[in-house]
Amino acid sequence: MNLNESDTEINEVIKAYPPERQNSLPIMQDLQKKFGYIPRNAFKKIGLYLSCSEAHLYSMATFYKALSLVPQGKHVIRLCDGTTCHIKGSVQLRDEITRLLGIRDGETTSDRLFSLQLVNCIGTCAIAPAILIDETYYGKLTPADLPAILNRYRKLEEEREREHEEENGMENGEKNEKEEKS
Amino acid sequence: MTRTILVCCGTGCRANGGMDVSLALTAAVDAAAADANVCCVTETGCSGLCELGPLVRIMPDDIMYYRVRPSDAHDIIQKTVLESEPIERLLFKDSSGNHVLHQADNPFYGHQKKIALRNVGIIDSRSIDEYIAHGGYSALARALEMTSDEIIREVEESGIRGRGGAGFPTGRKWRSAAVLESSPKYVICNGDEGDPGAFMDGSIMDGDPHSVLEGMMIGALAIGAEEGFLYIRDEYIQAVKSMKKAIRAAEKRGLLGESILGTNRKLYFSVVRGGGAFVCGESTALMSSIEGNVGEPRAKYIHSVEKGLWGCPTVINNVETWANIPVIINGGGKKFAEIGTKDSTGTKVFALVGKVKYTGLVEVPMGITLRKLIFEIGGGIPNNRKFKAVQTGGPSGGCIPASLLDIPVDFDTLKEYGTMMGSGGMIVMDDHSCMVEFARYYVNFLCGESCGKCTPCREGLRHMRSILTNICNGYGREGDIELLEMIGSTMIDCSLCALGSSAPNPVLTTIRYFREEYEAHIREHRCPAGVCKALTAFSVNHAVCKGCMACTAVCPTRAIVQLNGGFPIITKSCNGCGSCRDVCRFNAIEAVKGGRV
Repeated sequence: MNLNESDTEINEVIKAYPPERQNSLPIMQDLQKKFGYIPRNAFKKIGLYLSCSEAHLYSMATFYKALSLVPQGKHVIRLCDGTTCHIKGSVQLRDEITRLLGIRDGETTSDRLFSLQLVNCIGTCAIAPAILIDETYYGKLTPADLPAILNRYRKLEEEREREHEEENGMENGEKNEKEEKS
Repeated sequence: MTRTILVCCGTGCRANGGMDVSLALTAAVDAAAADANVCCVTETGCSGLCELGPLVRIMPDDIMYYRVRPSDAHDIIQKTVLESEPIERLLFKDSSGNHVLHQADNPFYGHQKKIALRNVGIIDSRSIDEYIAHGGYSALARALEMTSDEIIREVEESGIRGRGGAGFPTGRKWRSAAVLESSPKYVICNGDEGDPGAFMDGSIMDGDPHSVLEGMMIGALAIGAEEGFLYIRDEYIQAVKSMKKAIRAAEKRGLLGESILGTNRKLYFSVVRGGGAFVCGESTALMSSIEGNVGEPRAKYIHSVEKGLWGCPTVINNVETWANIPVIINGGGKKFAEIGTKDSTGTKVFALVGKVKYTGLVEVPMGITLRKLIFEIGGGIPNNRKFKAVQTGGPSGGCIPASLLDIPVDFDTLKEYGTMMGSGGMIVMDDHSCMVEFARYYVNFLCGESCGKCTPCREGLRHMRSILTNICNGYGREGDIELLEMIGSTMIDCSLCALGSSAPNPVLTTIRYFREEYEAHIREHRCPAGVCKALTAFSVNHAVCKGCMACTAVCPTRAIVQLNGGFPIITKSCNGCGSCRDVCRFNAIEAVKGGRV
């Protein structure tokens, strides 16, 4: 994850909306979506653009659950703790995720791969207990199902890294070849 | 014959792999394209019976398949579509073991009456043409020829009450906004649905967005509004997409924008995504959120219909209410009023979930008994367990015990028994649910969601939470129950908004109907349901255990072992999660008093 979001990137998101105060929430939601959190330097920019105080924006960012002030992991695990999931065992799932990943609600793993968020309802009560990882739903889970699901994302990440390395390697190789030829 | 294959792509079926089934069917259709007009695949919204999804329905034959896998696609096309032959293994089996071919013959669907869900699961929600082909926007055309008074009179005559929870008469709300001279006026659709355990509004917006828009358009005509907002939960990714698309399609057809269908009436709608705050379902908080502020409610000395969004007259209705309006205008208010009971007309959509066999989305006439809803439509409690309670109305509602199963479900009866209709979550619990822990769950939820503006709600919830947590952990004291009741009644009387004044309901109803369970926790340090970890241990009853070892497969801590090929025993590494008890088909795993207290 890029932790130094550039001013241009932030401005791009902000300027997509007309400068009216009612757009403060959508702007912050878009920033959240793009960066996984609201970068600190964004508040000043939004405030200037919408003519409202930074304090006002902070109060919104801390009030609404969809917004976060700290960066999130690559894969956000939304563990549903809606009523149905709760009576069907979401607590067991939570304990198991904490046991497997060592993170609690709102925390991110040290390798920044996973974040865990306890959410109130993801609207899949009929297949409770359920979790939503990024945009994929997993329903009717038992704690025993979790290791396989989490490993899938770990493997995906490993593969991606390997491909990335190979690509880099190839690029370097090509460059070397080209250099040799010239 | 041209056939349409309806594939349910509601959230439940989606999570069960509905999209893959749709892809496989489309591929199978393409492969069988010898005569290309054999069929088309349509992705629809939620068809209802999520538990047995993904669901596939073949029209016009009306053959309904359940638990369809992508590998079934070939058979469905070859056998059912080309040879008109049903596939038995995919059909529903009723209680006597007969295969059920048509949707209406399935008891889950047979008892329902669909008004708000009339198109959900039948049409392609992304297509405005399909909506129009199913009679859509005819009510709008009719409303354009009516005066504001005529429209409102139909709505008043229908007797429809707000489906968001409190049940305020919709016609009266519209009337009080329409008589005001000031301008501009607004209409709002409350699609926040933050209730845990409810997903009907999301399903309607996703599965039939135009019915919501049409209702809002009629409402806007009636009160003289030119702008409308749909406030939708951000978590409802599909619903947001679907509604945005529907608005664009309606604009293109001239149903929204500078002039509605060539008349001089202007109308603009837009979608506002919620920020993930439960309190924003409260009307004043919701409007504050749309304005770009923190979603805090205000005291309603002045009603929103007079001074709502930006201080202007505003009518705010729930998704389901709006979806009902076109039917009322088309069929007439009188006809609508014939459905349901005298004071609660029409139907209500419920999310029937929890410990019930057939979970899903149901729409039933008001006045239906809970027994019929849970046992005939829902198929009863799985694994032959005992029904314990049903929770209605989300965190603002309460629990109803088994002794009250025969009461009719309508706004006033539910209120009489300490709960409420709410947005329509109906969570069924069996004897493995602890009512004290359940109350603690709701209070904990609301504690996090209280905006903190008023003291009774902010402090009351915190104290209730700490008392309930203590009871669940075995540290309950004599007098706790009375203290909870006192805090609860103070909150009801003194809170600023409906969140605070309804928050004690789950606590007060569980005390009212399950007081002995509280007492067992406090006096005997025992959790009768075997849920509170601090008070529970599990043991295997060897007299009924068959040694199938199903329990070992689900145990996350490998605490169940088999010694010398005998029956399983539970070791010290048990973390008390109870997964083993849930899977045991012989009720061989029992919760016993245990723990540190």
